[in-house]
Amino acid sequence: MRPQPTTTTLASPPFRVGRTVRHSLVMLTAAVAPLAVAGCSGGDDGQTLRVYSGRHYDIELAFTQFSEDTGVEVEFLTGNDAELRERIAAEGEETEADVYLTVDAGNLAAAAEEGLFQPLESPVLDAAIPAEYRDPEDRWFGLALRARTIVYNPETIDLADVPDTYEELAAPEWKGRLCLRNANNSYQQSLVASMIAADGEEATEHVLEGWADNAEIFANDIELLEAMAAGACDVGISNHYYLAQELEDDPEFPVELKWAEQDTRGVHINISGGGVTTYADDPDLAQQFLEWLATDGQAVLVHSNHEYPANPDVAPDDLVVEAFGTDFKRDPVNAQQFGLLNPDAVRLMDQADFG
Amino acid sequence: MTAPAAVDASRDADLPPARVGSDHHRRTALGRLGWATTAVIAAALVVIPIGMLASSILTPSTDVWREQWQTRLPGEIVDTLVLVTGVGFCSIVLGTGLAWLVAAYRFPGRRVLGWALVLPLAVPGYILGFVTTSVFGFAGPVQTWWRDQFGRDAWFPDIRSMPGAVAILSLTLYPYVYLPARAALRDQAGGAYFVARTLGASPSQAARRVVLPMLRPAIAAGAAVVVMETLTDFATVQYFGIDTVSVGVFRIWRGTYDRDAAAELATLVLVLALLAIGLERVLRGRARYGAAGGQDAGIVPRRLGRWRGPAATVVATSVVLAGFGAPTLQLAVWAIREARGDRGTPLLDRYLDFLTNSLTLTITTVGICLVVAVVVTNARRFAHPRVVGTANRLTAVGYAVPGPVVAMGVILAVVALDDLLGGVGLGLPGVVATGSFVALAYAYVIRFIGPGLGTVESGLGQVPDEITSSARALGARPRTILGVVHLPLSRASVITAAVLVGVDALKELPIALLLRPIGFDTLPVWVYNLASESRFEQAALPALSIIGVALVPVAILCRRLDRRPVR
Repeated sequence: MRPQPTTTTLASPPFRVGRTVRHSLVMLTAAVAPLAVAGCSGGDDGQTLRVYSGRHYDIELAFTQFSEDTGVEVEFLTGNDAELRERIAAEGEETEADVYLTVDAGNLAAAAEEGLFQPLESPVLDAAIPAEYRDPEDRWFGLALRARTIVYNPETIDLADVPDTYEELAAPEWKGRLCLRNANNSYQQSLVASMIAADGEEATEHVLEGWADNAEIFANDIELLEAMAAGACDVGISNHYYLAQELEDDPEFPVELKWAEQDTRGVHINISGGGVTTYADDPDLAQQFLEWLATDGQAVLVHSNHEYPANPDVAPDDLVVEAFGTDFKRDPVNAQQFGLLNPDAVRLMDQADFG
Repeated sequence: MTAPAAVDASRDADLPPARVGSDHHRRTALGRLGWATTAVIAAALVVIPIGMLASSILTPSTDVWREQWQTRLPGEIVDTLVLVTGVGFCSIVLGTGLAWLVAAYRFPGRRVLGWALVLPLAVPGYILGFVTTSVFGFAGPVQTWWRDQFGRDAWFPDIRSMPGAVAILSLTLYPYVYLPARAALRDQAGGAYFVARTLGASPSQAARRVVLPMLRPAIAAGAAVVVMETLTDFATVQYFGIDTVSVGVFRIWRGTYDRDAAAELATLVLVLALLAIGLERVLRGRARYGAAGGQDAGIVPRRLGRWRGPAATVVATSVVLAGFGAPTLQLAVWAIREARGDRGTPLLDRYLDFLTNSLTLTITTVGICLVVAVVVTNARRFAHPRVVGTANRLTAVGYAVPGPVVAMGVILAVVALDDLLGGVGLGLPGVVATGSFVALAYAYVIRFIGPGLGTVESGLGQVPDEITSSARALGARPRTILGVVHLPLSRASVITAAVLVGVDALKELPIALLLRPIGFDTLPVWVYNLASESRFEQAALPALSIIGVALVPVAILCRRLDRRPVR
């Protein structure tokens, strides 16, 4: 037996429908109306600072401290750097963001390029943050530094055998011995952008092809470090503070760090920083907040995440000082260049089929 | 779009033209126009934001496309197709097979397993993804133990792989097939099976030749949902290192700062989704199975043998364990360890806020989706079926669009509306424009009205046209018919729609990431923030609560599973 499709022909029966239009529209409106009311009820009280932050881990520690110090309430929205930047751009004059914080220099430069930041005249910021970590036109300021460097498992490889440069990791001898993070990640993109700046496109593409041949790819640095500790590979590349986090949990964690490029340009540094948005409701308060983060707030901002302070008068936290030290050569940060080269970095990684 | 039990052929033939001249008929025509207008407005509200973003395809970023075609895009398309096919196939096999097993056979634990098999629906893919990759990953306890037993180089299947991703997504998505298959077996196939058996068919013959064809619309509808979820997923696949087109959209957007190029790639996802919808329509054919009147005995389950019975129990139990039991247990272990650790549970004090936010958003989304879905599906019965049918298909299209694209589209649309109104001196208050609860709920409704609409439509499809015609012939007004006839008759499907939309909205991640108002964090946002930094122990409690809350609607579904509709 096969089921048969039913067929029906509808006649147009007489029926009264005077108010159907209104009726059904009213139903739609009734469903939406309470929302509009809810949406309008958020008021401004002047002493609230609103921050869009690409930093999300433990960021509330700094915000809470600022509130305690100044009595200003901080509301914040965390997210991905690029998406928050898009959102500020799309919101235009309506944006709620007074301050935009990122974890990556490229996005700071891009935001400045798009006119999302206003230039600040701040002797405090100029004194606290060295020129290489802020915008030449003072639209954004670096606040914390993160080094992306070579890591290795001392149980499986001697320090002397660990390569000195990122480029050497492309050599065939590292096939199957290398752990790297995927191409979707902004830290990895910035690193590649800095390699393009130093070595040029062609050489960088060559390196990326080598990496692609050699490496096992991970979704984040923590996973990479833990796999490495378990013996998945001998060498890899990670942000320094992820290793610090592992060491904080387990001082015996069997991965160590080697500063890359010490005989050449220096280890790749990325900056996490921020600026005051062009359409900030209270630019003075926002500036005060940035000044606080660059001075009194440096320790609480930076230490919780084991980063290096951008303000040279502030020391890193003890664990970082003891485990990694502060004496190493840093590749000069050129955020403008990171911003410009980031799309090229993505394109090159696509071409090399890396990550 | 997703679950309509074909309302195609017959009713699409337009109504005979109303006679002009009588006042009565003019009002009738106006009323029909009203229903149609409502459906068209609903469709426009969905299509405009998506269209604003997708229109960038008209001015393609040729360089980006050329580069992508030469580099990653072909691989991404292949991976997407392999993933979607794999997940679709596994979900159909699991969903249909388990539904048939539970409906047609008796084995130890059948009653409990019958509803327990729905539980994985409460576990979002991104949660099962990070739990699985961390437990079975290289540094996880399983592989560590394995190496201790069999040496450092002992082979172990790589969980971060295509098969891993297919397995995890299928385990969380098969209930979308299992549920409609169970319902169809209960409501429609029982009588036919009984008749076929009476006429001498063996159980397997009856299953293959009568039941399976009758299940086809239900399976196709469920599979369409599975395919949409898989196509638009970006959070789960990243744990497995699978580069789909959706992942590519994110890489281009975040990495090259080129929103237009990303939006153009996203339209490719939309095209794939539309292809899948087309495929569903083909698979479903023109078939339509109304519920025959009268009570039938349904399928009388047969007892399985001495070995096959327990084997059935083992199979069903392992699916429930893998998709629900084990990950929940692991999360509980993490959550307890976190609470006992030095830091305690730092999220705990803000935790109720996340929960309240998630609930508010979910309930609002469900409410709006239901009202709109009921109105526009009924509109199709009352007026201009062709126009309303097209409008409704467009209304459902949001389900085929990745969440971030919907979110950006909503921002653009609301800002444009604001500019428009501002031009005539009626500017919206800033908070409404973007980053408001309104915009957020709007985006959620666009994204999730599809499954609601499909389910309500299929429920209404079960109400024979003759009933509607009779009511109209007797002079009842459409809205009376809606309230007194259609709603009570399709109540079950409305409740199912509420549950499906609710579960989806509760689990939704990317829209909340992009559009939530300042200070309005949801549970998935926190799970994602923490899990993307591998802070699994901290992510465990919010993850557990997503599952816990999602269990409420899932339990409602479970209760309804064994209840036969009153006819």
